[in-house]
Amino acid sequence: MTVKSRILMSVAAFALAGAAPAVAQTEIQWWHALTGANNDVVVKLAEDFNASQKDYKVVPAYKGSYPDALNAGIAAFRAGTAPHILQVFEVGTGTMMSAKGAVKPVFELMKDAGETFDPKAYLPAITGYYSTAKGDMLSMPFNSSSMVMWYNKDAFKKAGLNPEAPPKTWPEVFEAAKKLKASGFEKCGFSNAWATWANIEQFGAWHNVSLSTKANGLDGFDAVLNFNSPAFLKHWTNLVDLQKQGVYDYSGRTNGGEGRFTSGECPIFLTSSGFFGNVKANAKFDWANAPMPYYPDVQGAPQNSIIGGASLWVMGGKKPDEYKGVAKFFTFLSNVDRQVKLHTESGYLPITKAAYEKVKASGFYKDKPYLETPILELNNKEPTENSRGLRYGSLVQIRDIWSEELEAALNGQKTPKAALDAAVERGNQMLRQFERTASR
Amino acid sequence: MQKNAYFTGLTVPLLLLLPQLAITVVFFYWPASQAVWQSFLLQDAFGTSTEFVWFENYQALFSDPGYLKAFINTAIFSSFVCVLSLSIALLFAVMADRQIRGAEVYKTLLIWPYAVAPAVAGVLWLFMFDPSLGMLARGLSTMGIAWNPRLNGNDAMLLVILAATWKQISYNFLFFLAGLQSIPKSVIEAAVIDGARPMRRFWTIIFPLLSPTTFFLLVVNIVYVFFDTFGIIDTITGGGPSGATETLVYKVFSDGKGGSNLGGSAAQSVILLIMVIGMTAVQFRFIERKVNY
Repeated sequence: MTVKSRILMSVAAFALAGAAPAVAQTEIQWWHALTGANNDVVVKLAEDFNASQKDYKVVPAYKGSYPDALNAGIAAFRAGTAPHILQVFEVGTGTMMSAKGAVKPVFELMKDAGETFDPKAYLPAITGYYSTAKGDMLSMPFNSSSMVMWYNKDAFKKAGLNPEAPPKTWPEVFEAAKKLKASGFEKCGFSNAWATWANIEQFGAWHNVSLSTKANGLDGFDAVLNFNSPAFLKHWTNLVDLQKQGVYDYSGRTNGGEGRFTSGECPIFLTSSGFFGNVKANAKFDWANAPMPYYPDVQGAPQNSIIGGASLWVMGGKKPDEYKGVAKFFTFLSNVDRQVKLHTESGYLPITKAAYEKVKASGFYKDKPYLETPILELNNKEPTENSRGLRYGSLVQIRDIWSEELEAALNGQKTPKAALDAAVERGNQMLRQFERTASR
Repeated sequence: MQKNAYFTGLTVPLLLLLPQLAITVVFFYWPASQAVWQSFLLQDAFGTSTEFVWFENYQALFSDPGYLKAFINTAIFSSFVCVLSLSIALLFAVMADRQIRGAEVYKTLLIWPYAVAPAVAGVLWLFMFDPSLGMLARGLSTMGIAWNPRLNGNDAMLLVILAATWKQISYNFLFFLAGLQSIPKSVIEAAVIDGARPMRRFWTIIFPLLSPTTFFLLVVNIVYVFFDTFGIIDTITGGGPSGATETLVYKVFSDGKGGSNLGGSAAQSVILLIMVIGMTAVQFRFIERKVNY
């Protein structure tokens, strides 16, 4: 055999080897934004799915932070190279929804693929955020969390507070924070991450006070913001006063300030229940979490909390066979045992009722009550128009505007009333511009 | 007899110019024209619906108080960064130009920060001055100095100015040092013989002879603060608190990338482009006259 023919042979063999799986397997691209332990969860899920059947291969790819992944998806769609599955954070829901043709709604996907799919099997507090007003599910919930109040039990003991009875209402939190400050936590009695999620979005849902008309935007893009109402004004005024006294201390717009809890600087800290892994790994003190505080004089409070986190969107314009693979993958994700495992190992909320019931029956929450707190908040009451969730276009920018106004109130540039009014007015300008681009 | 070689016809010169022209068109004029076109459009994030809206994006900008604030922030930020980084670099260069022991080490160390990416420089300064994590911030608070860039706009502005200045000093230092070394020794020696003291020598001989370098650096520094500093701002403050550190270029970035408002962002970049072209033209027209080559 000549050298030349040998080379040809090996090239042919290589080509065959390379081509064989491509013919048999359909690749499904999955772009996500998770790092560290959560990235491992994504990779493991894809591996397990790929091992469970032969027809489809899910290929996960990390695309940066949540906004980065969303932008990467948008840019890829414009260039005609969108992935099949794109993980989008809850803030991007309005943007994705309005992009008709760019996405394939999940309920449609499941119907077309002939997969058994019962939207009622999922926890309504979670799917409500990602469904139309009629209840059609648009995206597949993936990693969900809610906001809880983390507190430092050792600090409570030091300040003479009962660590087993954390404060339930905002006035109780203020009192506890003042005592904590007096006991040595000079800079920060309590604080929160995600400035607007805590002090606008969750606050509205938990107190059953509206953020805007049209069920907080879920019923249409013509929603008009109206949260410059007494309950919000009262809360913002309290925060501003306590910031001046050094009892409250602002910790920024994102979760960059969460380290202030684990380092022991802020003994009471409101942030995502997804903070669990970080607290477990880094806090060198005894800790616990409790539901978010509320104002007892606001009627109906506490209502229920809303979710944060991300869901999986299916992009439009793909082949039916590829959609079939995506549908199979979603069925695989919703499997009860898989959800139980995901929830107990990663701390994400379970997305199906069956998974939650199973974990509950196993007695898991007796040892780890902090993993149940966000579920209890979400299920506290039947969601109302004000607590099903929120859906606005350009919410990333609107959140920045809201943060700017909250910061202006906290640093004394504006009165709380002026800041709230400006947050509403400037937010409405953004909504009207978005409505124009979305309604055509 | 004709001594100069010259080309007849246009083919050869055009061919020789072609590579350079192609690069300029593909990488500069094409994207710039795209930005101008985009600035007249109102489009959703996915580009599925587009409307030509003439100057509406520009009108929206000028009715936005945040945009006016970004102008003021940019003026403060850029003048402080330019003046500080140029004057400190000049001071260092004059010091390094003298006969001192270990001058080579000193010079090399001063050049290092230039190799640090803006975003990394931002994180470094944040680690020093973050009220919770920063060692220097804790030092300030033990000395009883109130320091909170999370909420205090002046503190935040000071922090981004320091980081942006620190990053640019090395570059300016290099050019000033080269400029100083090219000043003929004989001129300075003559001044010494005439009895001029160091300060007088500096202001009447060295500084005027350095003016081409200073002028060049001024142009480069303005381009730097206008366009290259958004990484620093993004990592340190994200434009906050309450928009106190939102400069024009940062607003282009955050509206376009974070907010998916491509039309508004494109309109801002067109305005920024016109401003910098205008400023550079003014510099060449008026300041350059005072430069001694």
